[in-house]
Amino acid sequence: MTNDKEKEQQSSSHSRRSFLKRTTATAAILATPPALVKAAENKLDEKGAEYFEKAPLRIEVNNKPYSVQVEPRVTLLDFLREQLHLTGTKKGCDYGQCGACTVHVNGNRVLSCLSLAVMQNGKKITTIEGLSNGDELHPMQEAFIKHDGFQCGYCTPGQIMSAVACIKEGHATSDADIREYMSGNICRCGAYPNIVDAIKDVAQKGGVK
Amino acid sequence: MINFDYSKPSSVQSAVSALSKNATAQFIAGGTNLVDLMKRGVMNPQKLIDINALPLKTIEQKGNAIHIGALAINSEAAENSLIKKHLPLLSQAFKAGASAQIRNMATVGGNMMQRTRCPYFYDTAMPCNKREPGTGCSALQGYNRMHAIFGTSDKCIAVHPSDMSVALAALDANVLVTGPKGSRKIPFTDFHRLPGDSPEKDNTLQRGELITGVEIPINASLAQHSLYTKVRDRVSYAFALVSVAAALDMKGKTINAARLAMGGVAHKPWRLTTVENFLKGKEATVANFQQAASLAMKDAKSYGHNDFKLKLAPNTIVHTLQTIAGV
Repeated sequence: MTNDKEKEQQSSSHSRRSFLKRTTATAAILATPPALVKAAENKLDEKGAEYFEKAPLRIEVNNKPYSVQVEPRVTLLDFLREQLHLTGTKKGCDYGQCGACTVHVNGNRVLSCLSLAVMQNGKKITTIEGLSNGDELHPMQEAFIKHDGFQCGYCTPGQIMSAVACIKEGHATSDADIREYMSGNICRCGAYPNIVDAIKDVAQKGGVK
Repeated sequence: MINFDYSKPSSVQSAVSALSKNATAQFIAGGTNLVDLMKRGVMNPQKLIDINALPLKTIEQKGNAIHIGALAINSEAAENSLIKKHLPLLSQAFKAGASAQIRNMATVGGNMMQRTRCPYFYDTAMPCNKREPGTGCSALQGYNRMHAIFGTSDKCIAVHPSDMSVALAALDANVLVTGPKGSRKIPFTDFHRLPGDSPEKDNTLQRGELITGVEIPINASLAQHSLYTKVRDRVSYAFALVSVAAALDMKGKTINAARLAMGGVAHKPWRLTTVENFLKGKEATVANFQQAASLAMKDAKSYGHNDFKLKLAPNTIVHTLQTIAGV
């Protein structure tokens, strides 16, 4: 039991939290300059580094390792966009209904808006920014351009991340299969037929890495 | 989202004791529902206990039952060879739920712990007895198209949204839990509860108890003829208006045994034991299936917008049984 306790990843004690809650925000910020210094060191937004206690997070995003401190309430989506400035991943509904925030965690597609960053400790994240090889687009990105798989483009990063996974999972064997397994990505412009064409094209050419 | 403390215990015992120490603590696994509820201020735990380090992911055969760990991921369970072979109904139900992304996150234990998707439960500006006991039920006189037709009370007419749970109720599963007082088994049909006077309670778990897994008996005859039918507003990625999990043990045209449960119609997966008993020994004919369906609807009660379910539910039962029996 003691061993288990040691292993537990505690963010901090409750009394400290209650104390900080009772103080004014200004006083609390003044009381915790190390958080701000740490934030600056990690090139994170200062506004993200406020007065709540933080938990350590070691995470690899697009093959780049990060070791940071995050508030437990920060979602993976907000962490990527606001702290790492990887704004390719989009915030659509923020409630797990639209799929615009789809990223890969350890190779599997998930919704970053419903994932807490602190729970991704030790994991490998791939976002839309990590798909291309420098200026060379990923085959799925090429296919979306070729087949006109978008109009406004807001859902596109999520669609592409989902599409890459859809083929890798073996769920792109027919139009019906593609539609079913892409149903978690909503496109308000209604580019669905062209999205199906793009995915089919890549799948027929032997899939993706 | 209101901030909270976070811990990640590595054993079932330390998880259970961490929960017992804090009255507002919650377990979190996939988080697909809890994070959503916390963003909206519907649930505001002061502490989250991340149970993902617990050794509860295994899917295996134990004697004549399939044992699924509480942390098995929905997408993996759906494609698991043991489940596909012995429990095809369950595999179908997994695939009918949510989207590919959510199925990659959601766990088996979390799936059964989902809260209702009643819009008034999510809208903190509206009265809701499930969210704030005693404030009233907005759905009774409100927009209740998605709501229950069985087992309702004047306190709550919400439905349980899980597809997996409907299949598990039909398949005679048991929920395995561990708590401060030890471990116990809960028959799946007793796990979720009806709203009655306390709709804030979704299930019969005691405070401090952790779901460790679910066990489902293998029944080769039932597995041969089974189907999960889900009727919804769009073809995919929507909650059920009505769903039916059915399995028939057939000898020629005669039904030896039947298993039947409905989703989208009650506060819990709605097992139809009376209908099962009616079907036992009967011929698999459309007339018998229609009679079974009207028997299933005996105590149904609708609330206006959901009147259509009184027709949709029996039709879905007949369609499902016809498809299984090939008549």
